[in-house]
Amino acid sequence: MAEGVTPRVKVPKKAEAGEVITIKTLISHPMESGQRKDGDGNVIPRSIINRFTAEFNGESVIDVKMEPAMSTNPYFEFDATVPEAGDFKFTWYDDDGSVYEEVKSITVG
Amino acid sequence: LTMLPVGASAATVDELIAEFTGGADMADTGVTLTAPEIAENGNTVPVSVEAPGASAIMVLATGNPTPPVGTFNFGPLAGSRSASTRIRLATTQDVVAIAKLEDGTFARTSAEIKVTIGGCGG
Repeated sequence: MAEGVTPRVKVPKKAEAGEVITIKTLISHPMESGQRKDGDGNVIPRSIINRFTAEFNGESVIDVKMEPAMSTNPYFEFDATVPEAGDFKFTWYDDDGSVYEEVKSITVG
Repeated sequence: LTMLPVGASAATVDELIAEFTGGADMADTGVTLTAPEIAENGNTVPVSVEAPGASAIMVLATGNPTPPVGTFNFGPLAGSRSASTRIRLATTQDVVAIAKLEDGTFARTSAEIKVTIGGCGG
């Protein structure tokens, strides 16, 4: 597991039913591209987060396939429709098999 | 910095596009790519893509050692068919966005981004 991986997510605490809200996510991760070399000229192996998903009450909002060209500390901003009260679940999948999750609840009304 | 000459990966870009579209024609309108004309730091270049009616948008950096950047797949609860992120660009190059629309057609756009300091490690 990459060290010090911390997800941060910005979701409004409440919305109207059917409202479209903007979500921002950031996760601290080196996103080692596999293109860099160390001081001895050896290639540093690739180690990235390769997929990010956002779901609301189990239904998909966005599912992103990520490549090494994504910057360090990957950032995403996107919109979601909120049909009812419930939970957003955000999941990041690491090359090394680690899975990082964050859940944010939202109320309606 | 390790970089390939500009255009060295062109065939790969074509292959990636063919894989995504199945060889279908691409319209010149229908997808928007918003990016700075000049990126001082190639390690973190803000880009936004938008394509109303898209089920997926693929982004390619044609001048990077490996061109794929990412593919955004929109689910039923996507509030818009748009997303913003930050990407690495090794050198000045064209960034391409291709949208797969829900009616089965495809749209393509590209933008040249001038990079002052490459984001290709070192």
